[in-house]
This record gives sequence, structure tokens and C-alpha cells, in this order.
Amino acid sequence: MTTIAAEGAPSYISAGYTLRSWLTTRDHKRIALLYGVSILFFFLVAAAAAAMIRLELLTPAGDLVDDDTYNKLFTVHGVVMVWFFLIPSIPSTFGNFLIPLMIGAKDVAFPRLNLASWYIYTLGGLFVVVTLIAGGVDTGWTFYTPYTTMFSNSHVILAVTGVFIVGFSSIFTGLNFIVTVHQMRAPGMTWFRLPLFVWAHYATSLVMVLATPVLAMTLALIAIERLLGVGIFDPALGGDPLLFQHLFWFYSHPAVYIMILPAMGVVSEVITCFSRKPVFGYQFMVYSLLAIAAVGFMVWGHHMFVSGQSMYAGMVFSLLSFLVAIPSAIKVFNWTATLYKGSVRFDAPMLYALGFIGLFMMGGITGIWLAALAADVHLTDTYFVVAHFHYIMVGGAVMAFFSALHFWWPKVTGRLYPDGWARAGAIVMFVGFNLTFFPQYIAGYLGMPRRYHVYPPEFQVLNVLSSGGAVVLGVGYLLPLLYLWWSLRRGRLAGANPWGATGLEWQTPSPPPTYNFASAPRVEGPPYAYQAGGTDGR
Amino acid sequence: MSHFERFIAEASSAAGQTDALLLALTVVSVLVVGGISLTIAVFAVRWHAGSKAPRGPVPDRSRVAEGLWIGIPLLVFLGIFIWAAVLFHQLRTPPPGALAIDVVAKQWMWKIQHPDGQREINELHIPVNRPIELVMTSQDVIHSFFVPAFRIKQDVLPGRYTTLSFTPIRTGRYQLFCAEFCGTNHSEMRGTVIVMSPSAFSDWLAANPGEGSLADQGAALFREYGCSGCHGASSTVHAPKLNGLYGHPVMLANGTQVTADARYIRDSILLPASQVAAGYTPIMPSFKGQVSEEDILKLVAYIRSLSVAENQP
Amino acid sequence: MAAEGTSAMAASHFADAEQRETAATFGMWIFLATEVLFFGVLFAGYTVSRVQHAEAFILAGRHTDVLLGSINTAVLLTSSLTMALAVRAGSVGWRRSCAAWLVLTAVLGVAFLAIKGYEWHEDWLQGLVPGLRFAYSGPDAPGVELFFFLYFVMTGLHALHLTIGILVIAVMALLAARGRFSAAYHTPIVLTGLYWHFIDVVWIFLYPLFYLVSRS
Repeated sequence: MTTIAAEGAPSYISAGYTLRSWLTTRDHKRIALLYGVSILFFFLVAAAAAAMIRLELLTPAGDLVDDDTYNKLFTVHGVVMVWFFLIPSIPSTFGNFLIPLMIGAKDVAFPRLNLASWYIYTLGGLFVVVTLIAGGVDTGWTFYTPYTTMFSNSHVILAVTGVFIVGFSSIFTGLNFIVTVHQMRAPGMTWFRLPLFVWAHYATSLVMVLATPVLAMTLALIAIERLLGVGIFDPALGGDPLLFQHLFWFYSHPAVYIMILPAMGVVSEVITCFSRKPVFGYQFMVYSLLAIAAVGFMVWGHHMFVSGQSMYAGMVFSLLSFLVAIPSAIKVFNWTATLYKGSVRFDAPMLYALGFIGLFMMGGITGIWLAALAADVHLTDTYFVVAHFHYIMVGGAVMAFFSALHFWWPKVTGRLYPDGWARAGAIVMFVGFNLTFFPQYIAGYLGMPRRYHVYPPEFQVLNVLSSGGAVVLGVGYLLPLLYLWWSLRRGRLAGANPWGATGLEWQTPSPPPTYNFASAPRVEGPPYAYQAGGTDGR
Repeated sequence: MSHFERFIAEASSAAGQTDALLLALTVVSVLVVGGISLTIAVFAVRWHAGSKAPRGPVPDRSRVAEGLWIGIPLLVFLGIFIWAAVLFHQLRTPPPGALAIDVVAKQWMWKIQHPDGQREINELHIPVNRPIELVMTSQDVIHSFFVPAFRIKQDVLPGRYTTLSFTPIRTGRYQLFCAEFCGTNHSEMRGTVIVMSPSAFSDWLAANPGEGSLADQGAALFREYGCSGCHGASSTVHAPKLNGLYGHPVMLANGTQVTADARYIRDSILLPASQVAAGYTPIMPSFKGQVSEEDILKLVAYIRSLSVAENQP
Repeated sequence: MAAEGTSAMAASHFADAEQRETAATFGMWIFLATEVLFFGVLFAGYTVSRVQHAEAFILAGRHTDVLLGSINTAVLLTSSLTMALAVRAGSVGWRRSCAAWLVLTAVLGVAFLAIKGYEWHEDWLQGLVPGLRFAYSGPDAPGVELFFFLYFVMTGLHALHLTIGILVIAVMALLAARGRFSAAYHTPIVLTGLYWHFIDVVWIFLYPLFYLVSRS
């Protein structure tokens, strides 16, 4: 990676060029890049599995891969995307890089724990790679019992060990962020002067810390049950398979908020910067983030309306699920209001952020469909659900990831990228995404169940559309890889603040020096002090 | 409600109601997504950087807006919630006089047992306009009984019974899917539900005689497994008598009360020590691993028939 | 995190020592919160299984050794006292007293593990170890097996935590004896104390669930 000599202190990149200097670093910015490289690897692994799935589904027959292979493909796609890409995606990279910068700290509270988190992540990832080499796992990412504990003939224990381990990476990252935000803020950086990005990560960290241990223990019980043939989940052993589902979703529903809250943080920063206006209803946004994190813990049962859970439990979970949608709706309204009478620019990060809002709305509103009990009875476990959560996780979280990537790329690398290409990439990704996943809503309504290797021929048209869209989406993902790589070598120097943004991270050179700031910053006013229509700082 | 018919049949009494709800959700979604997208587009274009549109000072927050943004979604959501919950309640309440049919799922097939003893695999023949109640269990992993044309779905679990009730309103052949991932051939665990006119259905029943009704087969098993030795009318062993038991409350030794339904009888056969009736000693051995799910369903049918006979004068 | 505190002496990313100490203590509390949820899964599993196998759990509960369990409870509670005294000694800068209390705490911890190990050995001989050696043939064996499954998983996980605690205490005792702590700087001992008390609290829940449940 090329570096630019920062004014005075050397940048965090030029602090050392040896592999050893990277693998033993305690600098949160370097650890963020270590994560960046690792999650890119796992993203490509999971994307390759997705490509195989879409290729297989071009025809109703199982002609590309056999049934067991297909089952392993969607399992590895889910496991890797969820735990090795989406959950760490924004927090471990941009969160890690930016939180100390944004609050005016030199580093996170526990730098060594931060590095340890990355090693734990890598170890967990290693288990998944070994699982793949050994022949894969075919349980679906949800690991439902008793299939997982008794009937699967694949490498379940290796896979759940990998996920168990990576869970601790997430716990320690969350812990680190919480303590950092509480203890490491610069003088004058009061709670209500924190950028929304930081608030979003604070809420995310609470979920990480409180939900992940539940998953870890549950997976440990799965492994023991499979190993010893005794346990609390298999009805043949006197256990209860619904208990597993409750425990699994107690983690895995909040996990969706681990993915989407940081995305909301990113979009809040980008929208306000490119509207050149303070974000509308800042405190309201903060309370919404916290409300989502809190209520998100009480809605897990909406995954189980037809599972055999009691009807009245279903009703309570349904009502709570409607309630958790309200703070999400508030955020969309506030972003929209932020544009009002602003001075809106359409740079690449903004295009990605606007794309996020559109896709997140689609995913969110179809979440309302699924929260509605009688509708869910028909739609659950069909492609409607697949489309819904891809709109949230891929349309939402991944679009936001790319928005963040384009917004802070100049800060991270010190270089600019070709803006025209970047805008084209945003549009291709948005179009490709919709082509891929919108047909799946229809297929789901028509009754196509998920995780089907072969399917009735009447669904073929929709599946071909979806697979065609996936090609466009794939191009959308490859484009940034190419021009960002180019930018690393040839891009123009960015300067400290290419967007004329207000956050503390823009007050230090790009790339920032090892301890972030030449002198400890002091915060005097609220965040987002933009002047609409004023100079844009370029 | 036939708006959706061209896409997918509405073949149960619930289908039209579910579709009405889905149509309403579609309308709300189009309004919300379309409205907000349009607003964003208008704002972004009108106030793009460099435009001459007036700007002036705008407030950073507005309590009125905040109130509306909580209040309006809340009302809409509550409305949808209540509508959907009422429909769900209807779906879950079996209509009186339903025809009870047993379903046993296994990797990767659906096994059906009719009350009169007809058995079929991956096909379910039912009469039109008659409420049906499926009593379902699984021999191995979790499956899910899903008929898109009926807009119904219910997971089928090992170790317990789940029920699914519906009333088919249109004759024809409809697809049955397994909707919960269940292993290698999950996607081929499909079947057909054949809804027939009442006369055609009686013809079908007559043309496919089983090995006697489920209750009769259950009675034979009742002797075969030695149940009658203790529970029979002439037995001297102090065991609960089963006449008139089904559907009635039972006092348990631990002071709680349960209704003697299919699940209670199943548990009593497999885990007799867990729910001992008051006044009896737990001397019954467990039949776990000795009786197949199909046989248990037959025993349940027999015990149920004892109760029906009792109620008839 | 204890380690983070000890050698953070030279860390320059904190503004001052006070910030470093509060950060470490706060981090420990959050860690303990995750531990609560970690164990929470097992308590939830216990609750559900107990509701479904009420009679079996009562039967099974008679096979645990209430005498040894009670002695162990006393041992562990005493160790909490000695740990509190160690923290107190550390906070006023009594080096040797602090080290001595730490050693005593560790010894009590080892005693607990020894008694627990003896109990497990007895269970093994009686064939009460699910999955490996389970020979119980009385009524409602599946429920009894579940009880012992939970018993081994929960007491096993507790013992694992205890073992880690003993190792940390041993290191702390060594450091204390070498004079690494003072009245001004003794956060690692405070953190160790927090962790140790947490382990005790977990046991206080385990004890009635496994030893007293059928002896009312």
C-alpha cells in the first residue's frame, strides 16, 4: 500500500512495513485493515457459493450439483456471510478505524484485546475453511435440531466450533467499543455530541455483548449433543427442539440489528455530509437506535409462528415486532427530512447511501408482512423470506458498507478514487440487486419454498430473472475492487478533508498518524455543524 | 377475493382472507415506499447543490414531526396486527366436526392415515367443503406441511403432535411442499392434495379399503402390546380405565390437571412416569422405541373411539 | 482484561492512570454481563427440562451428594471472604497480607475442585454420566439422564471458570508478593476479585438446583 507522508508524524501505514509490524500491531487503524482483508476473503468465499446456487437454480432440475452439495452450498453461504462477513463487516473495519478518531481518542480502550479479537476471528475462520476442505456442512446456517444433532452426516462439529470461536471475537469487539465510548471521549465530547456513527456502534456493541454468549453456549450444547448422543434439544432424548429455536433466535434476531445498526450509523454520516445540513432530529435518532437495540431482544419468536409455538406467544411476538419497526421508520423519515432545503450532492458515497434507504425500506416494509401473523403463515420459509432478509442484509448492510468504503476511503488510504466509476458502480449494484431479489418476493408469494435444490417448473422464469440479476450484481461488486485497487496506486492525494465534512476524523491528516491526533482535540460544539448552501470545502 | 387467482389458486376458505390481507399490505407498501422515494427524489433534485431553490433556516428538530412519525406508523401497524392476528386465530381454531386425518412425516415422504384405515403416501385425498384437521408428527427431523393454494403451513415435529385445520373450497389437485429444511432430498419431499367432490371422495374411500378403521386397528394393537392386560375392562390391575377418557380432564398425581388429548395419550404411552393420573402408582413401563408413530396414532384413534361410543346413547 | 490492566502501565493511549483503572473495571463488569448470559442459556435449558420432566428431576436429584455439595458451598463462600480480604489488603497496600489472602483463596478453590472431582468420580462409579457411562435403569431414565447431563455441563463449566480463576489468583499472588501492587495501583486484584465473586454467585444458583431440588 502506498503512503503519503503526513504533516509531521508518520502515518499509521508508514509506521512499519514488515508483516510482523502488521501482525503484532495494536493500532486500531491497522487492526481495522487486517479485518478488512479477512472479511473480503470470506465475502468472496460466500459469494462464490451464492454464484453456484444461482447457477444451479437456472433450471428446475438438479443438473449442476447434486442435492447434498447444494445443501452444503447454501449452508456455507449463510454461515460465512452471516458470521464472517456481515456481523464483523462494518463494526470491525470502519467501527474500529473510526470510533477512536471520531471521539478524539488515541486508540480503543483495550488495544491488545482488539488485536486478540482479530486473531480469534481468524481462528474461527480457519475452522470454517477446514470444514470446507473436509467436505462441508449441510444443516443450513440455522442448525435446527434434531437434524443437526442426529441426522446430518456432515462436519457439524467443526462448523459450530468455528462459529463458537468467532462469537468471542464479536463479544470482545463489542466490549471494547462500549468501554471506549464510555471512557475515552475527548474533553468536550459529551454524549449528545457523539456522531450517530458512534451511537450506532454503541447500540450494536450492547447487542453483541448480550446476545452472542447465548449463541455460543447454544452451539456448544449442539456439539456436545452430537458428540455424546445426549442433550436437551433432541425429542428422542427427552429434549425439546423448540428450545433450540428459541435460544438460536434469541441471538440471531438481534444479530440482524448487529448488521443493520452500524449501517444506519454510516448512512446518517453520509446523508448529513452530502446534504450539508445537520441531521434532522439528532436526539430522536439516538433514541431510535437504542430503542431498536432494546426492543430487538424481545421479538425473536416471530421466526417461529408456525413452529409449534403457542398461538398467544405468536401474538405477543407479532405485536412487539410491529413496535420495533417504528424506530426504523423514524430513521428513514429523519434521513428524508435531512435532505429538505439542504444542498444535496450526488457523490458516490451519497448514491450508495440513497440506495441503502430505498432497499432498506423495501426490506423493512416486507418485514411488516412477515410480522403479520396470518400473512407469515403463508410466506414464511418461502423465497419471500429470502428476498426480505437479503433486502435488509445485502441491500441494507452491504450497500452501507460500500457507502462507508467510498466515504472514508480517502481517510483510510489518503487517496481519491475515480468518481465517475464509483457512481456507475453504485448504480449497477442497485439495479443488479433489485433484479436479483425482487423476483424472489413473487416466487415466495407463489409458494416456492426456500432451500430447494430442485423445484416445480412454473417457478423457472422467476429464477432465471433472479440468476440474471445476480450477474449484474456480481459486476457491481467487482467494479469497486478494480477502481479502488487502481486508486491505491494512482489515485490523487485526498488531503485531510476531501468532502468538507465536520467530524473529528477529518481534522487529522489522511492517512492519520499512529496516535490519531498531533495534539489532543477539544470539542466545542454539537456534531454536524454544516451550513446549507455554504461552501462545500472542496 | 379473486384478484390473485390468476397467479395461484385460492382453494381454501382461508386463502381469500389471507390474500385480502396481503393485498392491503401491498397497497400500504407501495404507498409508503413510493411516497418516501418520491419525496427523497423531489428533495434531492430541488435542493441539489447549486440550485437556486430558496433554502432559508430550517429547524433541526420538530416535536410535531416526531409525534406524527411515531403516531401514524403505530396506528397503521396496530391495524394490520389486529387484522392478521384475528385471521391467525381463525386458522388455529379447528372448526367443529372436522374430519381428522393423521400425517406422519419422515425423510423424505408424507404418510397419511385416514380414519377408516386408508393409507397413502405423498397424496392426500379430501372432500371439498368439509373442515379437515390434520394431526401431524414426524418420525425423524422437523418438517413443515405447506400447501400454497390453501395459504397454510405448519411445522411437523418429532416427539409431539401439531395440528393444522382448513376447509378446502375448490376441487382440484394442489401442490404440497415440505417447507422446513430436512436433509438431502428436502426439495423432493413434495406431494399432491387432491380435493374431490363428496361423492367422488366416497367412491375413492370405497375403492381403497384399508385394513379396517384406525380405531379397529388400534384395538388390535391394544391387545397385541398387552395394554388390555391392565387397562382392559376385566383387568384386576389397578390401572386407569380408558372408556370416556378422551377429551376429558384428568387429575394428575402432582396436583395439576390436563386434558386427555392425543398428545397426553402419546406421552402416557412413551413417558408414562411423567404424567401419572392421581390415585395410581407409576407402574406402567415405557413403550418408547417399541411403538411406531403410526401405531401410536392408531392407539389414539382407538382410545378416542371409546370416548365417542360412550357419548352416544 | 485483568492482563490488560496489569501491563498497561506503559500504555500511552490513556490520558491518565485513573482513566485506565475505570476503563479496566468497567470492561470487567461488561465481561461479567456476557458471562451471565453465557450461563443463562443453561439455566433456561434447566428450567424447560425441569418443567417437562418434573418427576424425573426429583428422582434424579436424590442421587447427588448433598453433604459434599453443602461442604463445597461453605468452602466457596469462605473463599469469597478471603478474596474480599485480599482486595482490602491490596487497597491499603499491605503487600504480604494481600499475597497471603490470595494464596488462601486459591487453596480453597483447589479444595472445592478436589471435592467436586471426588463427587464426579462417585457419579462415574454409579454410572450416572450421560453419554459415557450411564447405567441408571429406574423409572423415567431419559429425564434422569437429562438432569445429569445438565448437572455435568453446568458444574463442569463452573469448574472450568474456577480453574481459570485459580490460575489468575496464583499469578496475582506472585505479583503481589513481588510488590507489583500498591495502594495507588491494585486494579488487577480488584478485577480478579470481581471475577471470583461472580463464580461464587453462579455456584449459589447451581447448589439449590442440583442438591436441594428434591430435598424439600
